[in-house]
Amino acid sequence: MAAPTITAPTMADQQQCCTFFLDQLFFGIEVKAVQEIVRYQDITPVPLAPVEIGGLINLRGQIVTAVDLRRRLALPSRPADQLPLNIVVYTNGETISLLVDAIGDVLEVSQEDFEPPPETLTGRIRPLIRGTYKLEDGLLLILDVEKAVDVATVG
Amino acid sequence: MDRIDDDLKAFLIESNEELTQIEADLLVLERDPEDQELMHRIYRVLHTLKGNCGFLGLTMLEAIAHGGETLLSRLRDRQLSLTPEIISALLNMKDAVQIILANLESTGQEGEAHFTELRDTLDRLQAGEAPEPSLTMAEPPAPLPSTPPPSQSASIPPSSAPPSPNVTPTEPAEVRPAPASGDLKSHAASFTDSTIRVQVALLDKLVNLVGELVLCRNQILEFANSQSDSTFVDTAQRLNLVTTELQEGVMKTRMQPIRNVWGKLPRLVRDLCQSLNKQVHLEMVGEDTELDKTLLEAIADPLIHLVRNCIDHGLESPQTRLAAGKPAQGQLLLRAAHESGYVTIEISDDGAGIDVEQLKLKALEHDHITLDQAANMSDQELLNLIFLPGFSMAERVTNLSGRGVGMDVVRTNIEEIGGTIDVYSQRYTGTTFKLKIPLTLAIIPTLVVTCGTERYAIPQVNLLELVRLEGEQAHHGVEMVHGAPVYRLRGHLLPLVYLKQELGLDQQSPRSSARTSEAQTDETFNIVVLQTAEKPFGLVVDAINDSQEIVVKPLGKQLKGISCYAGATIMGDGHVALILDVPGLAQRAHMVDEPQEGVSTGDTAELQHQQTDLQTFLLCQGPDDRRLAIPLSRVARLEQFNRSSIEQAGNQDVLQYRQQILPLLYLSTIFAGDGKAGQVPITGATLQVVVISTQGDNHQSHNVGLVVEQIRDIVAEQLTITSPATQHGIACTAVVQNKIMEILDIEAIAAMVAADQSSLARVSDRPQPQRQPATMAV
Repeated sequence: MAAPTITAPTMADQQQCCTFFLDQLFFGIEVKAVQEIVRYQDITPVPLAPVEIGGLINLRGQIVTAVDLRRRLALPSRPADQLPLNIVVYTNGETISLLVDAIGDVLEVSQEDFEPPPETLTGRIRPLIRGTYKLEDGLLLILDVEKAVDVATVG
Repeated sequence: MDRIDDDLKAFLIESNEELTQIEADLLVLERDPEDQELMHRIYRVLHTLKGNCGFLGLTMLEAIAHGGETLLSRLRDRQLSLTPEIISALLNMKDAVQIILANLESTGQEGEAHFTELRDTLDRLQAGEAPEPSLTMAEPPAPLPSTPPPSQSASIPPSSAPPSPNVTPTEPAEVRPAPASGDLKSHAASFTDSTIRVQVALLDKLVNLVGELVLCRNQILEFANSQSDSTFVDTAQRLNLVTTELQEGVMKTRMQPIRNVWGKLPRLVRDLCQSLNKQVHLEMVGEDTELDKTLLEAIADPLIHLVRNCIDHGLESPQTRLAAGKPAQGQLLLRAAHESGYVTIEISDDGAGIDVEQLKLKALEHDHITLDQAANMSDQELLNLIFLPGFSMAERVTNLSGRGVGMDVVRTNIEEIGGTIDVYSQRYTGTTFKLKIPLTLAIIPTLVVTCGTERYAIPQVNLLELVRLEGEQAHHGVEMVHGAPVYRLRGHLLPLVYLKQELGLDQQSPRSSARTSEAQTDETFNIVVLQTAEKPFGLVVDAINDSQEIVVKPLGKQLKGISCYAGATIMGDGHVALILDVPGLAQRAHMVDEPQEGVSTGDTAELQHQQTDLQTFLLCQGPDDRRLAIPLSRVARLEQFNRSSIEQAGNQDVLQYRQQILPLLYLSTIFAGDGKAGQVPITGATLQVVVISTQGDNHQSHNVGLVVEQIRDIVAEQLTITSPATQHGIACTAVVQNKIMEILDIEAIAAMVAADQSSLARVSDRPQPQRQPATMAV
């Protein structure tokens, strides 16, 4: 995991974000929710599971459900030759892995740059985005981890 | 020592612990007589001890403890003040208790010693008429309890009323028969020192850790297979052995004998018998069979329920039993045993058994099954209906049973812990419930199979056998019953379920599975025969790998809703594999009947409703070569009768059939074409009769014989209804085997008989059955 790129916090409303990429989009989640980041793991697909479920991974003896964020956010599928990375988060009493394309830096963002999701952001992705941080070189979308992993179970 | 039951053992362990404490407490109390809390503690311990003694029937011990308790209670209430004499007496009491405990441990008996003097002393002291004040001071050198001057004790008569400063702590003569103190210690060590109490949570943690170790071991073994370094391979083997032993050892720590649950049963049986006026002899075999504590707790309620059921429903009243030529006292046998990695528990009674016919009726009545299903079900399958939710055989609701919640809950509970339950019943001779429970939850033996690119683990508790078809066999082995693949396993049709399709790995529709099987002609064809509660079925998988002990890990909540999986595990290579849940899979594959879909009668609307379901029909030839179909579910028997045996009752042709009168209906008459009726006489000396059972208004079933021209075939068809009824007595018309088939409306036909019989009218008031005397005379 990369070190924070921004120096010591000066503002009161600073927040650290673990960032990652999904299909050209730049996302961030609260660093506190992140348990660890693991390189590509062998994934066991779960037939009949919701499509958002990437499968199961073996995290040092613990079986962890992996949520494919691309599918969860209704983004185009990951190219077959591109192996996803795991961001392991702990939320709602469960350890879950988020499958992402690439990992970015841990960024320190300030509350004054925050804005709710733009009106133009629609579709499945919108309820899962808490808001955006305006960065110098682009926008950082903040993912609502709890909602993202709350994949409806189907029988 | 050979026969000490667990209660006694627990009592000995507990009491020995507490006695040590009492001694220390008493000595402290002597120094600080005002310590009320200490006094209370000793009192409580003695009180418990006394209570336990009463429970275990240890009268001597109880009397002694009682004496001590009374004395202490007076001290506690400050009716007496503490004197060295009292302390000594109490210490002596403790010694006496210890002697008895030692006797109990070594012989199972309290021993010969009566400790009368001690008890007298205790009584005397608690009576309190002793001049205590003088005592407290008058005897500064408190005599040590264990070293009383023998001369003194001998000189004082045991029941000497006047209290004396002399202490009579123990009677040496009586103590002597007991083992010497050194001896006593070594005996006590056998239970007490060799046992420690451990938190269950710690054991759970150990079990989990061993589970992890087993996984690690599996991985290392797999790795070792690819290694040539003999030292490494040897070490891996050793690791394997040690891990297995460790696993067994740790599992044992959580094992408890089934007696712990069965212990409650004799009382339960007794009470039930009293309230139901039945006589039951309860026999329990294999009480020492051990299984995991968690599992034991999980089966406690189902077991009690089953025992209740056996007594309430199974066993008859003494009068009924005597009338049936059985002894008045019913037998209820519980048997537990280890069997290939599982614990089997059988609960059998020699009662009335389950009336399968009545069960069938009940099931039909409550729409649990359709008539078709009922006709095709074997007795064993019918028996399994008792596990359906909401099913009740009880005629009336008693405070014990009959509410229709029970057996399904029992089964759910058993299946939740990975077990199975089966019922076997023989009318008039008894019923047996057979439970198969895994020894432990954490690690289960499974069969690993491959399907697609993934491996799946199937719990062996569900496994019956493996069938492997090769070459020609694979090609021809699988037959299709209208799109439903089946395999003939030793003469029985085994429905096949393709795992690939059930898991949605195969894009083909499930019905086109025939092609799948044909596509596999060159390969082998693997069938895993699995047992579900209702019926065995064959699971077709790509490959059968190996049997393996796996550690069950729960699935995350996103996947909990998928009924096909019981969990997941980590295989030897570190890859995650899913564990299949066989009951869930069967449900998904519609192997298990869903009671809501039940269809009870065969009228048109409902036939249309279930037109996608397979139905079995008896094809008969009617007049004018009409193809008439009778739902097979309504067919009781096919019979041939000699024409001469026909008799007349009223205007009805009847036959004597199984001590009943069987009214005959001629299909040729009912469905005779215009004017030609009666001109198509049934020829030949014998009549082909299809005996159908109908249900009257009062739910009494009676039989009707349908005389047909010829019985042709039995077909199982997915009904495609082409047109509604054309005629009274025909439910609908359908295309079967590319030909028009008319499906008879049995109810309507039966009604014709009923009407005829009730009115005895010569001419039925119904327009359709135009009874022709000519035919009748034939």
